[in-house]
Amino acid sequence: MSLIRDNASVLASAIAEGEVSSEEVTRAHLDRIAAVDERVHAFLHVDSDGAIAAAKRVDAKRAAGEKLGPLAGVPLALKDVLAMKGQPTTAGSKILEGWIPPYDAAVVERLRAADIIILGKTNMDEFAMGSSTEHSAYGPTHNPWDLDRIPGGSGGGSAAALAAFEAPLAIGTDTGGSIRQPAAVTATVGVKPTYGAVPRYGLIALASSLDQVGPCARNVLDTALLHAAIAGHDARDSTSINAPVPDVVAAALNADVRGMKVGLVRELSGAGYQAGVQQRFDEAVAILTELGAEVIEVSCPHFEYALAAYYLILPSECSSNLARFDGMRYGLRVGDDGSRSVEEVMALTREAGFGPEVKRRIMIGTYALSSGYYDAYYGQAQKVRTLITRDFTEAFEKVDVLISPTAPTTAFKIGEKVDDPVAMYLNDIATIPVNLAGNCAMSLPIGLAPEDGLPVGLQIMAPPMGDDRLYRAGAAVEAALVDRWGHLLIEEAPAL
Amino acid sequence: MKTVPFDEALTRYEPVIGLEVHVELGTQSKMFCSCSTNFGAAPNTQVCPVCLALPGAMPVANRAAIESIIRIGLALNCSIAEWCRMARKNYFYPDMPKDYQISQYDEPICTDGYLDVTVDGKVIRVEIERVHMEEDTGKLTHSGGATGRIHGADYSVVDYNRAGIPLVEIVTKTVVGTGALAPAVARTYVAELRDLMRALGVSDVKMEEGSLRCDANLSLNRPGDPWGTRTETKNVNSLRSVERAVRFEIERQAAVLDDGGRVHQETRHFQEGDGTTAPGRSKEQAEDYRYFPEPDLVPIAPSREWVEKLRLTLPELPSVRRARLAEAWAIGEFEMATLVNAGILDIVEETVAAGVAPDAARKWWSGEFTRAASERGVEPADLPVTSADIARVEELIASGALNDKLARQVFEAVLAGEGSPDEVVAARGLAVVSDDGPLLEAIDAALAEQPDVAEKIRSGKLQAAGAIVGAVMKTTRGQADAGRVRELLLERLGVEG
Repeated sequence: MSLIRDNASVLASAIAEGEVSSEEVTRAHLDRIAAVDERVHAFLHVDSDGAIAAAKRVDAKRAAGEKLGPLAGVPLALKDVLAMKGQPTTAGSKILEGWIPPYDAAVVERLRAADIIILGKTNMDEFAMGSSTEHSAYGPTHNPWDLDRIPGGSGGGSAAALAAFEAPLAIGTDTGGSIRQPAAVTATVGVKPTYGAVPRYGLIALASSLDQVGPCARNVLDTALLHAAIAGHDARDSTSINAPVPDVVAAALNADVRGMKVGLVRELSGAGYQAGVQQRFDEAVAILTELGAEVIEVSCPHFEYALAAYYLILPSECSSNLARFDGMRYGLRVGDDGSRSVEEVMALTREAGFGPEVKRRIMIGTYALSSGYYDAYYGQAQKVRTLITRDFTEAFEKVDVLISPTAPTTAFKIGEKVDDPVAMYLNDIATIPVNLAGNCAMSLPIGLAPEDGLPVGLQIMAPPMGDDRLYRAGAAVEAALVDRWGHLLIEEAPAL
Repeated sequence: MKTVPFDEALTRYEPVIGLEVHVELGTQSKMFCSCSTNFGAAPNTQVCPVCLALPGAMPVANRAAIESIIRIGLALNCSIAEWCRMARKNYFYPDMPKDYQISQYDEPICTDGYLDVTVDGKVIRVEIERVHMEEDTGKLTHSGGATGRIHGADYSVVDYNRAGIPLVEIVTKTVVGTGALAPAVARTYVAELRDLMRALGVSDVKMEEGSLRCDANLSLNRPGDPWGTRTETKNVNSLRSVERAVRFEIERQAAVLDDGGRVHQETRHFQEGDGTTAPGRSKEQAEDYRYFPEPDLVPIAPSREWVEKLRLTLPELPSVRRARLAEAWAIGEFEMATLVNAGILDIVEETVAAGVAPDAARKWWSGEFTRAASERGVEPADLPVTSADIARVEELIASGALNDKLARQVFEAVLAGEGSPDEVVAARGLAVVSDDGPLLEAIDAALAEQPDVAEKIRSGKLQAAGAIVGAVMKTTRGQADAGRVRELLLERLGVEG
């Protein structure tokens, strides 16, 4: 076996069987990080001591005959937007440089309870604002498929860590596509669960009504196992759903789409989508049909307004969510030399601590919420949101899942779009509607675009609390492709 | 500052008032986290990631606070929303950890109620516009500088213990037509609200600790004219200040208008010292709080069943209760107001329920115990004396075993922790001397000392008997029954009483 290339479920059973120790697996990954991360820059912070100590505890538990969970002892890369007690947590921003959280996010508590080994914190666009990880205050992450290209964003660090075999599991967060688009451009799997399925307590908020924590891995089953470990109600998040979590692991093991009705969203393909992306998507549709699914075309007429509505709602919420970074209680403080007023210190701190994309969105949001403009911008955007939700509801009356390409293009070059915000925003055109409606969605690899040899992702969408449908359909497509290729697509990534 | 005498001002202008009252709820925990709400803890010891607004922390609404505000709304005859949301009020200030306050904007939980108040025998209906839920801020203390405000201070410190304590804001509609009664109406309204909160048990409503705070809005207009520009006076920290602040603003605004000037729409601060108001920091531009629905909290949707269940928990309204007790105790409005203002109505009622005559219960609590409480700096009800103690002492008085003076000594000892009234009586030997023998001895001694007085009594001047009785009481250290001494004295001298 290969300690760094094997899937999480394989590693977990090897650890459980005593074929290998969690410490050995963890050290192998720490060595891999040491060998390649200088080039990939997936991690902002590696907690070697903490990871090894946690691995030793798992090994001791096993030695003592304690029952271990399905992912016990397996390493994981954690997006740096989740609070982790005693470890730096920056959200990719200078304004939080040096802040050490005194508490664990709910998801971190669950990872620890599941004996999953947290290797460290992964790079991201500052406060999760971006689609390329270029907006990180700590420098971009490089796509392991082509180091000159972006790994997607905002969770580019988590996706790159998986694709570079630095970790077999990762946690991401998805506000408009930050799990799915990085998964698509790195040939990994990522799921944005139903809004409220995974508690947000401890997640540094970008846009509270859109943010969702989710699992990332290199195959569908591992993703499902991680999903099961983190999902479920938590009383500290009042938007957390208090209902049983759909059995996503059983769904991933039941890779059968016979009789499943699949809707192809007319508005999310065709014009604006790269030819090779469209080609692989069409092939995936054919595979689903061959597997026995009934694929029909459905229309979601209001999706064309999704991007515009999103870029009013998100900045509005983030302008308020990010107000607390004022230099008073934690993180950066600038200009506190005794000569300046508290307002001046707050302003200087925010001026120095936030990057340009963060400032842009705070200004847009502040404007959109201003008296006299609220109805025209924020209010109108919320109405569009309602219409998009209605489009989904009507579509799901006809079909079980919806599909589209995850992103309109494959990974672009670092620097190519960083000065053109709108071009950057368009990367999320297919992923944003799901967040606006609170639905769930998965991205999984379906091949390489012929023109550039870069990965393409398929997006599968399901209604709220229909997360299991994603895994059933995703596992079926994955199995068919592995049959065809003899391996997962990620195995074709160039050696680092 | 120029002012016009109050009565004169009212000959030309009609006051319009509006009151915003903030009540800190007495819930065990804060509005959005489980931190304690105890007053007076060491700074920044009752805090957690949520109320410090650490990155990633999230609020969860306190059900007990929602229950309290619904009960307040019901007691104020409001409609209770079937569905409403909290909203964020955005502004930067160091006492507010999130740099936004979770409050309510256009969807308050309670709307359209009223509270009747009686001033000078006249019932005035104060209409309530809204009652909404919000959270308190932390507390800033400014050191150095002349104004005690943040501008000009050498440094400021902040205590976040108060940040996140549930706060209910009760906003009246404009109250018109009260004329010269406006200051008294304002005061009485706040007093009535305070009593209502106390009766509901939702807050300790201590103005001096800031658990009830009032902002008074006032404008003047000439009869027949539209309403004038209003000012909002803050820092009004006692009932008396409410009345004084409204009164002063009437006098000040009248002077401005008399001079042909314009009243500025502004926030003013009440100055306890001289009873005036002073302008707050003028804002360069109107604040834009950028309210929007709080996305971290689910909407509040109280079921009708829950609301009706809460309606059944409403206590008797303070005004109804006062009228009932005043009648039962045969006392007037003034005596009742005295009990209410001294904060002893509840304990007097309890004492009467323990079997003590209303007059006696009032006498002990408003005299002896109010004094003792103020000496000790506690509430009368918190003194170590029970209604049962008072009932027992009254029994002893009625049986002649104690007189009034001895009873006071008994209570002194009870308050000093010497035990129950019976234990004190036994330990100190405090009992009316009921054996005639020692009394006659003392009478004879007194008569021998004051033969001239004895002669006067014999000659029929009975009022002179007081001197002998006094002397006897003195020698028996107050333990004699003065009535019995008088009887024995007259008998001894062969005079008809």
